[in-house]
Amino acid sequence: MVEPLPPHAVTPLTLRVNGTTFRVVAPASRTLLEVLREDLGLTGTKHGCELGECGACTVLIDGEPALACLVLPVEVQGRKILTVEGLAGAALHPLQQAFVDYGALQCGYCTPGMLLAAKALLDRRPRPTREEIAEALSGNLCRCTGYLRIVEAVAAAAEGGHG
Amino acid sequence: MLRLPPFRYVAPPTLAEVVALLDAAGPKAVLLAGGTDLLPRMKRRQRTPELLVGLRHLRELQEIVPGEDGGLVIGAGCTLHTVSQHPAVVAGYPALARAAAAVASPTLRRMGTIGGNLCIDTRCTYFDLPEHTRAVTGRCLKDGGSICLAAPRSPRCWAVASSDTAPLLVALEARVRLVSPEGERVIPLRDLYRNDGLRPLALRPAEVLTEILLPPADGTSAIYRKVRRRGSIDFPLLGVAIAVRRCGGRVAQARVVLGAVSSAPLVVEEASRLLREGPLDPARVAAVAAAAAHPARPLDNTDLTAAWRKRLVRVTVARALEEMQALWREIGPSPDTLQEGRFLR
Amino acid sequence: MGEFAVIGRPRPRPDAAARATGRTRYAGDLTLPGQLWCRLVRSPLPHARLARIDTAAARALPGVAAVLTGRDLPTRYGILPVSQDEEVLCSEKVRYVGDPVAAVAAVDEETAAQAAALVQVDYVPLPAVFSVDDALRPEEEPIHPSGNLQRAVALEFGDVEEGFQVAAYVREDLFFYDGSTHLPLEEHAVLASYTPEGTLTVWSSTQTPHYLHRALSRVLQMPMERIRVIAAPVGGGFGGKSDVLNHEIAAAALSRVTGRPVKCVLTREEVFYAHRGRHPTVLWVRSGWTADGRITALHLRTWLDGGAYGSYGVATTYYSGALAPLTYRIPHYRFEGMRVFTNKPACGPKRGHGTPQPRFALECHLDKVAQELGLDPVDLRRRNLVAPFSTTVNWLRVTSCGLERCIDEVVGASGFLGKHRRLPRGRGVGFAVSGYLSGAGLPVYWNDLPHSQVHLAADRSGRVTLFSGAADIGQGSDAILVATAAEILGLSPEEILLVAGDTALTPIDLGSYSSRVTFMAGNAALQAAQRLRALVARGAAARLEAAAEDLVFAKRRVFVRGSPDRGLSWPEACAAAEATCGPLQASGAYTPPRLAGPYKGSGVGPSPAYSFSACVAQVAVDEETGEVRVEKVWLAHDIGRALNPLLVRGQIEGSVYMAVGEALLERQDYRGGAHRGPSMLDYKSPTVYEMPEVEAILVESVDPEGPFGAKECGQGPLLPVVPAIANAIYDAVGVRVDEVPVTPDMLLRALDRQRRGEDARVGPKVQPPASFGPLTRVRRPEGWA
Repeated sequence: MVEPLPPHAVTPLTLRVNGTTFRVVAPASRTLLEVLREDLGLTGTKHGCELGECGACTVLIDGEPALACLVLPVEVQGRKILTVEGLAGAALHPLQQAFVDYGALQCGYCTPGMLLAAKALLDRRPRPTREEIAEALSGNLCRCTGYLRIVEAVAAAAEGGHG
Repeated sequence: MLRLPPFRYVAPPTLAEVVALLDAAGPKAVLLAGGTDLLPRMKRRQRTPELLVGLRHLRELQEIVPGEDGGLVIGAGCTLHTVSQHPAVVAGYPALARAAAAVASPTLRRMGTIGGNLCIDTRCTYFDLPEHTRAVTGRCLKDGGSICLAAPRSPRCWAVASSDTAPLLVALEARVRLVSPEGERVIPLRDLYRNDGLRPLALRPAEVLTEILLPPADGTSAIYRKVRRRGSIDFPLLGVAIAVRRCGGRVAQARVVLGAVSSAPLVVEEASRLLREGPLDPARVAAVAAAAAHPARPLDNTDLTAAWRKRLVRVTVARALEEMQALWREIGPSPDTLQEGRFLR
Repeated sequence: MGEFAVIGRPRPRPDAAARATGRTRYAGDLTLPGQLWCRLVRSPLPHARLARIDTAAARALPGVAAVLTGRDLPTRYGILPVSQDEEVLCSEKVRYVGDPVAAVAAVDEETAAQAAALVQVDYVPLPAVFSVDDALRPEEEPIHPSGNLQRAVALEFGDVEEGFQVAAYVREDLFFYDGSTHLPLEEHAVLASYTPEGTLTVWSSTQTPHYLHRALSRVLQMPMERIRVIAAPVGGGFGGKSDVLNHEIAAAALSRVTGRPVKCVLTREEVFYAHRGRHPTVLWVRSGWTADGRITALHLRTWLDGGAYGSYGVATTYYSGALAPLTYRIPHYRFEGMRVFTNKPACGPKRGHGTPQPRFALECHLDKVAQELGLDPVDLRRRNLVAPFSTTVNWLRVTSCGLERCIDEVVGASGFLGKHRRLPRGRGVGFAVSGYLSGAGLPVYWNDLPHSQVHLAADRSGRVTLFSGAADIGQGSDAILVATAAEILGLSPEEILLVAGDTALTPIDLGSYSSRVTFMAGNAALQAAQRLRALVARGAAARLEAAAEDLVFAKRRVFVRGSPDRGLSWPEACAAAEATCGPLQASGAYTPPRLAGPYKGSGVGPSPAYSFSACVAQVAVDEETGEVRVEKVWLAHDIGRALNPLLVRGQIEGSVYMAVGEALLERQDYRGGAHRGPSMLDYKSPTVYEMPEVEAILVESVDPEGPFGAKECGQGPLLPVVPAIANAIYDAVGVRVDEVPVTPDMLLRALDRQRRGEDARVGPKVQPPASFGPLTRVRRPEGWA
């Protein structure tokens, strides 16, 4: 019979984020969003509601989009977590470049979540239709752009040969 | 930033240990499947369990396999995305794929499970509020108070059943397997729901929903239509599920189920009966739609008005039936006889 | 576009890559060692006296560093000098659910929240009001001592009775435009750090660092020079981060008391409490017309539900009447408006600031007038259009005006005339026009100082740094400033380093509101760049033995016109200039011309230039459900000159998006003072699925005073879209939409009435009391008599 730890007790966690293994010690109640931003200093993942209603905190876990505000790190140990900071290499990721070139970001706050939702799409569907792009982004809210440039940018990144 | 209250977390490696742990811990422990319903409620302090029992890694709950009777068995731990894309679901039960694909948003569907969606808590605009606003709005029955703010003269809670997959699965006459310290039982999904916003599920203490059992699909066609405010993210303002089994060109068995108009999926017997009684001409479509609307008594505890939602029942049922007829034209003639032992009422 | 090297070309904003890689640090991303977290304690009642507040239990909680109450910060503040009615923490009474009464600083956010819950407050409830009608009833306890009627305006230009008497047709209509909120993705955040030396640094997500700076000085009673405000990149503003807000000053005060940095990030619920959004407004319009469709008089009344505090609301009140005559030649105009206090979060400026409501009313009203007169709605506008380089009856100086071309373009592109009243039932098109300011002609506090200033510095290495106080809130103002300087200096924008929004380093700029930054900071940048160019030219001319006026600055070189080989690289030219002139620095400033009319209240409305827009919207209506889908929006915008078409298109599409939200989805819904759904789920912001196709058409009237002829585009394009949608719904199903948002249940009820042969209209029925006070008659400008 497994004995649960008392509340506030901190658990050592091993998290693989953007290709690096981090060891963090945190209580079970700290979400992945908080661990990424506050314990690992990776503030690229944003938060608009912390309740799973806006998509701003979208990250990828083993290639699948997930809302970091509703993920418990203890459940994703050993899985590959990708945040916006892990997208670019020496050059911008084609999606990032497309967002820059197409004016798909204004204030930029929804952008990390949009990029990762779009990356998940292009990774499994390199040549998506406009409808598929819209569907993939339909859980991510933006208040600045009206989405049209964002959909264009994702389509352009797909056409340009998603790398 | 909203943060979770403190809790303990444990992830026993087997289902049996999960059940044993729930039994030992009592009501202070809750199951954590996808977390997409539980964790927001915890952040809003609607629920503050002491112990979260994680199910995520129980592979035994994540399989989709043929059933012994020729139907399909879906593990409760399958994500909604998995259910909506699985070849066996898409081929045999396309309306279920559609209902699962209608839930929330793409990312939430990859986190949330079908078991979680069947057991999702009921919702109400008087209760599902951030902490400060909820306290100001008043402590309703669901919040530990003594009055239903949506229906102050009623003794019960009227929070709304907000699952998309439940009405459709009830229409398909799905059953569910429940595992508890007392053993296993298989019940019609319909009997899982108590039509009480406060305690909507007829689960025994320490009971876990493990599988959804779908009957064989032959001859069955079903439609699920969701009415919601925006094209994504939102909970249903209304769900219409219609499942029909045809034989010899006539409707042999039918079930009409409404979601989001009461605290449980609402099986509309009259509408179901009318569907079986004769050919589906425009007059019958209208009659079925009217009959479906009749028992629907939504309250003003969701977005938009109760009157509008009730109105939409008739419109949506009619459209669902039209869609079903188009489907029939597409899939061709119905079988001449039905399999023995089926029990649609 | 050919005449410019940089201006007019679509270019990504200079920090786009930083934002796309997560490197941009918004206020909530900032941390300082030893920082504490702040949470506010908020009123659970909409209106109450504060009888007693006891913070002992909160202070005793381990991990709590300090708790402040209203007593600790008695100085009132407010964005407008005329309504300094806010306290950081309420001391005597609370005026809305969520009004802060205490502030806690603790080692982490959970502890701060727990401590907040331990603060004991005794309230004595007072009667609360939630509507204009309720607010106007005689009150036992008004929300503010001066009464619930905060401000009433009654102005008449000419004599509307005279205008109505000569009219062949007179019509009146009543409208309601409900409140909405900005809902920025980024929740407000602030980090304040008070040092042992007695200086204070505040990083805040703010559109108006200068106003925050002034308020901090005033409330904390510290000289401004000991306070440094740094405007962090803003994750969405739209006017919601242009007030000085309680948490900003509370964090600073807590830092002073504890000696540690203090961070505060609002929860989404608290963002709804901060609000400062669209005023719910009832509007009544009466107009007179000749038989051939020329307007003879316009009488407009507005009632603004202001919420619990003044905010920008007095300005909003004037705005609700000031721009109605901007687009039409109206010979007689009477405007009466009022703003009342109610016990809800304060309303303030939201994109369009008080002008979307009257524009909605006017453009829907004109649609009906056109129908009655047997004219098409485009023709009616054409017959009455404001002329370029004219003065409106209410003394607004119109200069460049491309409105007629906007109308031509949008009507042509949409095929409006072939579709209007001709599409099958259930689909329709609607038309509307509008205008908006390129920056308010007056600052919020009275002074005769420049509104924008820019410093430029260069040196022998060729590096150029531009210093501006303007805050980029996502609209791309940073990009415009560097592009302006780059154009003049022959550089590319990426080569210019921008230092912005830091009161210690950058000259004053009034902030990002009223669409002022391109015009005003742009002009300041233009002047600074021209002066720097002159300095460099002097040095280069000496070195090249040429006349300074013969020098060309292009492609990072300075050379003699006609002899490109006789030139210097930019760094060489800078070195030559440094040798001649010493440090290479230049400054520019911009102050709008004095444009106010000869009457009190004329300060709101004037602008050095106005943008104009024309819009066609096409909708499909599901008559069985009342749901409306906006299929496409054509929008032509007279932007003067598009300095960066990529950014301009972004503003137009973003404005259309926000308009669709206000027309169909977004509403501030209260239940007895408590918001019905203060969340991203319940407040219905459009998803990708609700966004229509948009065809944006740019018209360039080349304004004589705008930088390179540019005018605004951040707010103007929103204005005509809401009435165009309403007019399109009428075209589709014959139901007049006199109220927004028009939700499916409202439209369905109207369609039911239509089926029964009753009046099929969505809208208010009764005017609130029209007690606007004595009318001020103002003579009309020359040429109107």
